[in-house]
Amino acid sequence: MHLPEGCKAGVAMHELSLLENVREILENHAVSQKFSKVTKVTLEIGKLSSVEPDALRFGFDVVMKDSLAENAELIISDIAGLGVCQQCSLQVEMETSHDPCSHCGSPFVKVIQGADMRIKDLIVI
Amino acid sequence: MCGICGCSQPGKINNRLQPVNGRVHQHDHDHGHQHHDYETERLVKVEQDLLSKNNTYAEQNRTYFQQHNIFTLNLVSSPGAGKTTLLVETIKVLKDRFPIAVIEGDQQTEHDADRIRATGVPALQINTGRACHLDAHGIGHAMMELGIKANSLLAIENVGNLVCPSSFDLGEAHKVVVLSVTEGDDKPLKYPDMFRAADLMLINKTDLLPYVDFDVERCINYARQVNPDIQIIQLSSTKGDNFSVWTDWLAGHIGSEVGKATKSPLPSGEG
Repeated sequence: MHLPEGCKAGVAMHELSLLENVREILENHAVSQKFSKVTKVTLEIGKLSSVEPDALRFGFDVVMKDSLAENAELIISDIAGLGVCQQCSLQVEMETSHDPCSHCGSPFVKVIQGADMRIKDLIVI
Repeated sequence: MCGICGCSQPGKINNRLQPVNGRVHQHDHDHGHQHHDYETERLVKVEQDLLSKNNTYAEQNRTYFQQHNIFTLNLVSSPGAGKTTLLVETIKVLKDRFPIAVIEGDQQTEHDADRIRATGVPALQINTGRACHLDAHGIGHAMMELGIKANSLLAIENVGNLVCPSSFDLGEAHKVVVLSVTEGDDKPLKYPDMFRAADLMLINKTDLLPYVDFDVERCINYARQVNPDIQIIQLSSTKGDNFSVWTDWLAGHIGSEVGKATKSPLPSGEG
């Protein structure tokens, strides 16, 4: 099956798919919030998410071209990684999703924050 | 109400207005606001997940699967881990007991769908072209085209890729990650997002263990390190070793009320 025209992501990285979602979310908000131009986009990207901030920066200008966010500034802020140790039950900070517990050294730590990625806010005209 | 000048009644001239950017805004307000070009910046809170569009489609798919009692699995792995062979052998065991349908995702070719169709089961190939993953929107189109039967198994074989498909929920009951012993036993650490997103890991091609340098215990520990809840079955699709643990688990869920659950219980132990 070939997906109908307009249904295909048509991109080589999942970061570009995500940026196309960003553009759609902006377009929807432009209608509901009544604005015609976006000058700044702030994204919050979890440190443990599967998204590479550099790839987002790389693709942002390409995907936003000819949209209401053309030439907008992109701000990416981190969401810290947090987990709960399955052995000692303490909450620990995580730099990667396979960090051992910084208290007891157990390798079994469940991620509770930092896997998500969202659009925080926009500056619009 | 006009967001710039604060007037609230259309059709009235607002005399309270002060010049803005050197312009005086005195006119009727029955004309919309397309020409406000005062460059007044404001903040709009969004707080929306980047995957919200895909997630909306995924929830629609999930609702459809639940309403029609379709037990749906999303099979992910690197290329060559043996997903298609696993499916072919699974279909041979189960096809006389349950309706089965397969959605195949690859960048190009119908090869995998052809292999599935040779078993007598309907299969639809999605060629993703340049895209590196299946998304929930494409699955929605595919399931309508396939016309999947109620009380059945739907297996979605994702594009061979251990990175991108981890982020895209398709509406499945479970992501199943397939890792073969001809790969490195440290794949769970190298590609943690996928092993964290999966509920079940199948360690495949165990018949080849005598010939490769793959430490099963180390692999399991690595997988648990990124996902303490992950369940594991070791099996060989081609030789049949331990294969019934997998097919018995499937058989216990297809068409059952348990299978309708978003997160149904997984096999216990490490088979």
